Amino acid sequence: MNAPVPPPTACGGIDLHQEHGQRAVFCGLTGIVWLHRKIQDAFFLVVGSRTCAHLIQSAAGVMIFAEPRFATAIIDERDLAGIADANEELDRVVTRLIERRPDIKLLFLVGSCPSEVIKLDLSRAAQRLSGRLNPVRVLNYSGSGIETTFTQGEDACLAALVPDLPRAIDTAAPSLLVVGALADVVEDQFLRIFAAMGIADVRFLPARRAGAMPAVGRGTRYLLAQPFLADTARALEERGARRLAAPFPLGAEGTTGWLRAAAEAFGVSDEAFEAATAPGRARAETALAPLREELGGKRVFFFPDSQLEVPLARFLARELGAALVEVGTPYLHRGHLAAEIEWLPAGTRVTEGQSLDDQMDRCRAARPDLTVCGLGLANPLEAEGLSTKWSIELLFTPVQGYEQAGDLAELFARPLRRRALLEV
Amino acid sequence: MQLTLWTYEGPPHIGAMRIATAMTGLHYVLHAPQGDTYADLLFTMIERRDARPPVTYTTFRAQDLGRDTAELFKTSVSAAYARFQPQAMIVGASCTAELIQDDPGGLAKALNLPIPVIPLELPAYQKKENWGASETFYRLVRALAGAPGAGAGREPGRRPLCNILGPTALGFRHRDDLIEIRRLLDSLGIDVNVVAPLGASPADLGRLKDADFNVVLYPETARSAAEYLKKSFGQPFTHVVPIGVGGTRRFVEEVAGLAGLDPAPVLDGPGSRLPWYSRSVDSTYLTGKRVFVFGDATHAIGLARIAARELGFQVVGLGTYSREFAREVRAEAAELGLEALITDDYLDVEAAIRAAAPELVLGTQMERHVAKRLGIPCAVISAPIHVQDFPARYAPQMGFEGANVLFDTLVHPLMMGLEEHLLGMFREDPEFHDGVGPSHLGGTPVAASAPQAAPATAPAPEAAPAPIHLDHPVAVAVAPWAPEAEKELKKIPFFVRGKARTNTERFARERQLPLITLETLYDAKAHYGR
Repeated sequence: MNAPVPPPTACGGIDLHQEHGQRAVFCGLTGIVWLHRKIQDAFFLVVGSRTCAHLIQSAAGVMIFAEPRFATAIIDERDLAGIADANEELDRVVTRLIERRPDIKLLFLVGSCPSEVIKLDLSRAAQRLSGRLNPVRVLNYSGSGIETTFTQGEDACLAALVPDLPRAIDTAAPSLLVVGALADVVEDQFLRIFAAMGIADVRFLPARRAGAMPAVGRGTRYLLAQPFLADTARALEERGARRLAAPFPLGAEGTTGWLRAAAEAFGVSDEAFEAATAPGRARAETALAPLREELGGKRVFFFPDSQLEVPLARFLARELGAALVEVGTPYLHRGHLAAEIEWLPAGTRVTEGQSLDDQMDRCRAARPDLTVCGLGLANPLEAEGLSTKWSIELLFTPVQGYEQAGDLAELFARPLRRRALLEV
Repeated sequence: MQLTLWTYEGPPHIGAMRIATAMTGLHYVLHAPQGDTYADLLFTMIERRDARPPVTYTTFRAQDLGRDTAELFKTSVSAAYARFQPQAMIVGASCTAELIQDDPGGLAKALNLPIPVIPLELPAYQKKENWGASETFYRLVRALAGAPGAGAGREPGRRPLCNILGPTALGFRHRDDLIEIRRLLDSLGIDVNVVAPLGASPADLGRLKDADFNVVLYPETARSAAEYLKKSFGQPFTHVVPIGVGGTRRFVEEVAGLAGLDPAPVLDGPGSRLPWYSRSVDSTYLTGKRVFVFGDATHAIGLARIAARELGFQVVGLGTYSREFAREVRAEAAELGLEALITDDYLDVEAAIRAAAPELVLGTQMERHVAKRLGIPCAVISAPIHVQDFPARYAPQMGFEGANVLFDTLVHPLMMGLEEHLLGMFREDPEFHDGVGPSHLGGTPVAASAPQAAPATAPAPEAAPAPIHLDHPVAVAVAPWAPEAEKELKKIPFFVRGKARTNTERFARERQLPLITLETLYDAKAHYGR
């Protein structure tokens, strides 16, 4: 009865494998690196160990010179031995923090592996502190490595926001909610396209400020802008919102499919849809054409990192003519990615999970033209003569929508071009 | 709990990784949750290593906690041994694995591998990175250096032989310090037996005992091991760290003494260019420049000495985050008439720099944040560091060439002499004024002493730092400034203006003056001197 279910041999025509072993991925805490910039008056306090603090400051890299809106409350031996009351300690640290940063309106207590393992109840702490620090809202979520992988930290953060969102009036006309942190410029572009289609009431989660978070209710139709938002979607469904099934807005085709899902749900006429999207599609086509020559026929290998791998692989294969050797993903959400899986070339090898050394063996044996991987692997693979595209950049660059389709392809073309350029 | 904005050191298992990555033929199996592999980036990105660190992580997840994480650990050790065939292994836990108490040492022992497997006990909630590195290196030496006994003794006619201990992966300029010190030892007529941990294999550690003595370059990582070697094999070790011209000369004398050689040929040799550069008249304006020094103990002490004795700066603050070496730093600070700042709290360091109002900060990557916010020139002299401090060029800190590098590094962020004079004389030049930084640094904004006075035109490549709300070090009531005194204060060159403001306010407070006037400003100036 508890026997493991054999992995499905066919999943929308792809060749799906599951792998277990060492995983070279970030934990969900890393999401703080972009989330603290997106929500301008939020602060992220990690409750964890020195390792957690070290991780965020190493990952934050270039942001180190600005006063960041994140910090770590480092658990020490007194907390573990029970000499100090962990809750009192947490209150003291938070009070000191809020005194230092009176501009903070929303505070996230972010759980980590140590705080989860010692079962520190951060949700109760958040409730208690919310009452005490009013009007500062205190929420909590876990970004621990034992529970979350890289971008799943954003999922956990947004899911924590959902129960707190204002209630939309049930009788109101349906409204559109775009879910997932996007670059400001991308949000603005999408707003203009939706407006051109006649969809005026469009909101984003997360909003740029804590006080401007969107309302949600039975009339809410939401589009996922990112593929890693399983828990957020579930929380939105519980509030009565309904998901519009769509591919993800990467590349011209993905963007069109994504916009079309909204258009269909809101009864936009074919003419209006055509008028609103044609210029963007044409520009994307212009931007992509020259890159097709550079990337066409190139063999690409994805290591798992962010769950963006499947949509990115689909874009590279269908719009640029790349060949997919293996598409690794830390987690494959069959439902949210149904449209993407449908679009992947038949028989594409997709690997969910990771056994690092085995996967590196496969990569070396295949000698792909381009390997998409994390920064722990990139330089070592380059030194072995393999061209790499470090994957974190795909989260830190505006890549969604028509106007960024060319930039997205450029991210993959650049390492190849550079390799050709360098004479020494 | 401790509120931490920036941490000076990573957890102790990062120190262990620095040892494992420095060495060859050694593998580290680390019981750690998914995500802790971020540490690989430190080596592959910051140090730009071309291979993965020799570390296997168990990367357990929540669903594994309900099962057998101990079994997962054992599987990982077996798989790592089978794949990498190391000469020896170290096994240990990260902070989270420490909580679930799987006993990596005992589990690895039960596997009965045909190589030495050395368990590491690194208390992640008490100790930090450098301690972890030191402890790991000590454990390795203890396990692999062989049975204690008298050294072999020197065969007649053989050149003296030493080990160099301390350089690691991710060490601040360790790569080039090692080249410089090897060259120095060679010119003295001393051969190097083993360099460890950097570049050494477990087998090499078995040869440590063949040396006559040990050179300890970085006490933070190697002093424990050197003490063990002294106790077990009677090998003396060096205590002088060769940073600066004076440090290098004393190091040469110490090493020559241990080797029974004459130091004179090296001491009389060409040496460093620093002494002449520092004596040349262009350096006169460096005299008495106020400098704040913070870093690991070795570099903080070394740089404070260079600053005070070789460049003629006035050291106005000295501190370290290395608690293990607090005594040494306190002694050095006392010689400079200061009280050492021993802390790993970034906010304390920020407050101390603010209070000391220096003209130059010598610190770590973290002090660059503070200095940038306060508009003070800064140079990096110690880890923690970022990628730009693993340069492609030869850039030692130690030895005579290291002193050359340090002269350039320490003077570069300062405004050059003529520019400084002209700024002091003519204050209304539209192009060269207080608001723009040293002109050779491409217009880096240098704010006045009050951070909110930063010029609005400052280029902001990243988002402007949010205002900080610190307890001001002089929060007690300060007499108000009369407008003409305030105006006069602005005529004082910006790099000493902060100090002038503090001094004048202190002068007024001690005399309980109700208002700071023009006269108060000049009274205070006369009272305190510069």
